[in-house]
Amino acid sequence: MRSRLATAAVLVAAAIGLAACGGSTSGAPTTSAPAGPTGSITVFAAASLTESFTEIGKQFEAANPGTKVVFNFGPSSGLATQITEKAPADVFASASTKTMQTVVDAGDAAGPSTFAVNTMIIATPAEPSEAVTSLQDLTNPDVKTAVCAADVPCGVAADALFEKNKLAVTPVTREVDVKAVLSKVQLGEVDAGIVYVTDVKGSGGAVNGIEIPADENVTTDYPIATLTGSANSVTAQAFVDFVLSAAGQKVLADAGFSAP
Amino acid sequence: MSRARGRATTAPPWPVAVPATLAVLFLALPLVGLLVRAPWGRLWEVLTSPTSLSALRLSLVTGAASTAIALVLGVPLAWWMARSAMRGRSFLRALVTVPLVLPPVVGGIALLLAFGRRGVVGQYLWDWFGVQLPFSTPGVVVAQVFVAMPFLIITVEGALRGLDGRLEEAASTLGAGRLQVFRQVTLPLVAPSLIAGTVLTFARALGEFGATITFAGNLEGVTQTLPLAVYTGLEGDPAEAVVLSLLLLAVSVLVLVALRDRWLRTGASA
Repeated sequence: MRSRLATAAVLVAAAIGLAACGGSTSGAPTTSAPAGPTGSITVFAAASLTESFTEIGKQFEAANPGTKVVFNFGPSSGLATQITEKAPADVFASASTKTMQTVVDAGDAAGPSTFAVNTMIIATPAEPSEAVTSLQDLTNPDVKTAVCAADVPCGVAADALFEKNKLAVTPVTREVDVKAVLSKVQLGEVDAGIVYVTDVKGSGGAVNGIEIPADENVTTDYPIATLTGSANSVTAQAFVDFVLSAAGQKVLADAGFSAP
Repeated sequence: MSRARGRATTAPPWPVAVPATLAVLFLALPLVGLLVRAPWGRLWEVLTSPTSLSALRLSLVTGAASTAIALVLGVPLAWWMARSAMRGRSFLRALVTVPLVLPPVVGGIALLLAFGRRGVVGQYLWDWFGVQLPFSTPGVVVAQVFVAMPFLIITVEGALRGLDGRLEEAASTLGAGRLQVFRQVTLPLVAPSLIAGTVLTFARALGEFGATITFAGNLEGVTQTLPLAVYTGLEGDPAEAVVLSLLLLAVSVLVLVALRDRWLRTGASA
């Protein structure tokens, strides 16, 4: 009976996605909190951080035995909604200061700090159908362009980019996150997509990147913060510190991010 | 152990009520949540916004088109599957069922690889005719037909197989041609199932999300149907997403009300 109950409990935990491999002590009272980081934390991070944060997570776990970092990657604005709806998360890393502010305003996070800066780039298919060499080419009606939805940070950046350069670009689709834009480019369904510099670098040559001159480009700040609802704030803070440390910053720089 | 009364009726023993109640709560509470948290004050403003109206219009137009195509292609296939004695029939039935159980996103990827600009078939559409289904309204219809047509085929095929063949034989002996028998005898007999299948197909097409956003993309007025508008709204204005969800819920309830009579009648006649 007892083992069956335990099995059921494990199944339920797994189904909810909270199953932690390490000796997690989630829910333990804080009175006897251990000195160092331990146990499992859940990090909600922008889709554009997928590669770099997965690597940072591995390094963090190696540097802090007994810890386990679980990631939930997605569009920042969607993650922010989940957090303000009290999703069980310990750290939020956003691709926009605006979405971070909504979480701070809701009282779910405090004192965010900028840990990286990203810039935009034009991604084109490895075997392009239309010649795209500059932002101006995207105004050509024959050039099919994919950008992010207007409310998603990468879409906000794309719109700002077009506005800054006074270009009337009519995208054929507004995808819900930057990875969806990238996959439409990769499949050759569009001729160009506005994505982050880091996405092209992380694609391993699957798409080409056409750089946008710095004076025409826009930048996006990435803030990170621990969440007030965290059940493991010690480890959450340690993870944030790790992202801001030299080791974390090196991973981000290798991925193509600029330093804040 | 059970009392005579319990044995006389076929009522289940009382402990069954516990999981059964849990099941009801589990299914009902999310809908309650939607109703409780809905921004009722902004209902009209959101419903009449250009984004909502164009999404609603697009959903109705594509849903109707998909249902029409499913009828034109699906009913003949159902007829064929139910009546022909060919060997690959069980394989065909499995093939038709696949889109029912396949995650729609996977369906969307499969559609891209088949009908996309670089797809197996799509490359010729593009090279010869300059047609690109992704990012177009016809692309939305393609995604919906792929996901929804199996509902119609399965429903109608089941009804055709369950039919009393003697009526058709009688009509045939009286000199009616095969197509005439189908039109004047078979079709009226399976009409309740045909209507139920049509409504189900329309409802499934209206709710289609995964295959649409993967294959057809997401652009207001062109490919952004109601479910896509809900998902996109969640990124910017969650209240808008809740209102549009209510709209979809209302449509689903209407469909169920429309279906209820048909299903009961089918059940009685089967």
